[in-house]
Amino acid sequence: MSTLTIAKGINNGLRRSMERDDKVILMGEDIGKLGGVFRVTDGLQKDFGEDRVIDTPLAESGIIGTAVGLALRGYRPVCEMQFDGFVYPAFDQIVSQVAKMRARSLGAVKLPIVIRIPVGGGIGAVEHHSESNEAYFAHTAGLRVVACANPEDAYWMIQQAIETDDPVVFYEPKRRYWDKGEVDEDGAPRLGLYDARVAREGEHVTLATYGPMVRVALEAAQAAAEEGKSIEVVDLRSLSPLDMDTLAASVEKTGRLVVTHEASTFLGMGAEVAAEITQRCFYHLEAPVLRVGGYNLPYPPSKLEEDFLPDLDRVLDGVDRALAY
Amino acid sequence: MSDIDVASSAGAEGTEHIDEAAVAALTAPVPETIGDGGPELVQLLTPEGERVDHPDYSAYVADLDADDLRGFYRDLVLVRRVDAEATALQRQGELGIWASLLGQEAAQVGSGRALRPQDYAFPTYREHGVAWCRGVNPLNLLGLFRGVNHGGWDPDEKNFHLYTIVIGAQTLHATGYAMGIQRDGAVGTGDADRDAAVVAYFGDGATSQGDVNEAFVYAAVNNAPVVFFCQNNQWAISEPNDRQTRIPLYQRARGFGFPGVRVDGNDVLAVYAVTKAAMDAARSGQGPMLIEAFTYRMGAHTTSDDPTKYRVSAEVEVWKHRDPIARLKAYLTAHAMADTEFFDAVDREADELAATVREGCLSMPDPEPLSMFDHIYVEKHPVVEAERAEFAAYHASFEGGH
Repeated sequence: MSTLTIAKGINNGLRRSMERDDKVILMGEDIGKLGGVFRVTDGLQKDFGEDRVIDTPLAESGIIGTAVGLALRGYRPVCEMQFDGFVYPAFDQIVSQVAKMRARSLGAVKLPIVIRIPVGGGIGAVEHHSESNEAYFAHTAGLRVVACANPEDAYWMIQQAIETDDPVVFYEPKRRYWDKGEVDEDGAPRLGLYDARVAREGEHVTLATYGPMVRVALEAAQAAAEEGKSIEVVDLRSLSPLDMDTLAASVEKTGRLVVTHEASTFLGMGAEVAAEITQRCFYHLEAPVLRVGGYNLPYPPSKLEEDFLPDLDRVLDGVDRALAY
Repeated sequence: MSDIDVASSAGAEGTEHIDEAAVAALTAPVPETIGDGGPELVQLLTPEGERVDHPDYSAYVADLDADDLRGFYRDLVLVRRVDAEATALQRQGELGIWASLLGQEAAQVGSGRALRPQDYAFPTYREHGVAWCRGVNPLNLLGLFRGVNHGGWDPDEKNFHLYTIVIGAQTLHATGYAMGIQRDGAVGTGDADRDAAVVAYFGDGATSQGDVNEAFVYAAVNNAPVVFFCQNNQWAISEPNDRQTRIPLYQRARGFGFPGVRVDGNDVLAVYAVTKAAMDAARSGQGPMLIEAFTYRMGAHTTSDDPTKYRVSAEVEVWKHRDPIARLKAYLTAHAMADTEFFDAVDREADELAATVREGCLSMPDPEPLSMFDHIYVEKHPVVEAERAEFAAYHASFEGGH
């Protein structure tokens, strides 16, 4: 067992993947000598060379577009989008090319590309650095979308994402990069890449979330427990595909579901979860599925982000509303 | 009925409705911007079919014998015939749309023939002639336009990638593939069977796209073995070159740090020579190059547009005089490298090929409905699988399960 931060967990996971398969290459802006603006790729260029840890020009469409070509040649590119808001210049390559090339080729082509995106707010950044854009990619068939939330998942999920032959959008919770946790680096992953995880067991309400909000949800569950309310926290981990079986089992036990995420609620992941759970668990539900998310606004200036982001109190308020039915 | 028909049939009281602009367009002189390619245009065969020498490029065609030249001619005629047949099929409702290559045969055959088997081509959606040179069955090209698939071939079989419709997106794929060739150590080894390069096709309109400019940057800084082959056919749907650029396109390369050359795109020998030189250089490790094949799209952008609305007929007449097939035929005839018997035989072969394409197109089966759920992911995806099952059950619920 070692104690790692999320950033270090991803770094070690990347290293393991690169050692295991020399076709794995990293691409991105400032990922070489600097080690990335969050230092997630720290030291990798030194050990694997400039041909495998590629400092790219400052052009995101170019990163993804050339990764497509490298994948067609048999490589397994792992692309870093420096910040969530910088993925938009690459949007066309991701949704029109990466997502569709396998179908377009009637299965002749595989594109094992991982697109790493540090996601979400809460770091006091200027605009375009705090976006939660997972719904765009989860909505696009042909892509897989996952979000890690702790060091163990960071370490294992990045390796699993690299191993899969499908393109994966890999979200990293940037405000949690320095959260620490125990990781058994020599063991085996406890869950598949697309499995949801019951992060805390409870009886009265299920609280479903992913990425940076998992910690908020766990803190909310702790606070609620002190008031005698038992919250089950489900970390969805994979946003496409969604592990509805794990979530439905939890909801059938608790009878209530609150979904929380940083992204705007309108047409966000919570909408899909709510619709699906309503269909599956209608007769088990004691209350409508509620959402606690970001507001339907452009991400606000950082002095207002604490009001925008769901915090402990807003999540608990959602739980109370669910329990009030 | 055109605007002019409307005006002339409107009678005396309708004369105020004459579309003077349309009349003027039809009778206007050729715009100066079209030009003849300028003094830097590489040409080895004039529009009259006369061989001219070029200090840099004549050497690249020196080893071509009469058989090779007849082969070029055959390719030009066959791809034009396939293209004409596909256009006819579209007009008869058998294809949803078709992007004709009429006028660009030499640019495609010349460059396509300059490739080696291990090279890789990334086309747009108009490279029917390049596909032909790579050995892709013309029938395969029709699936996309008929709507039965999005591309009916395995790109790795002939090293010819699928057609890409989003303008310029494939130039980045080509550059990335070239970066992969570098990492595989298949550049500059001196082994003619191993060293490889990539060619990326795009049009003049694509040079305005961000992706093409990003591809230039990535190729340059990586010294990637990729040749950018721009078929400047003068029109991006209805927009002429002067809506895309203020300088000749081949000169753009200099700003990115690699050479650019403008070749007569209707001269199959010159295109072959220039492409061969560029591919040789790329394979040997000298990095990227931009080729601007100065040519002309004789027809519409696709069967959906009407070029008489945006360009003058005098311009088309000028380019008819530069026809790539006529000039090679004149050269072969003048030098007794081919006779009527040969030309007739090629025409017969073209007709037979067209008949095969037609028959193949008409007998192309519609895809099985459930097949739309195939090949979305490598690993099974629960949503796709659930929807496949739901659709299958729904489909089977009809009488006869059609």
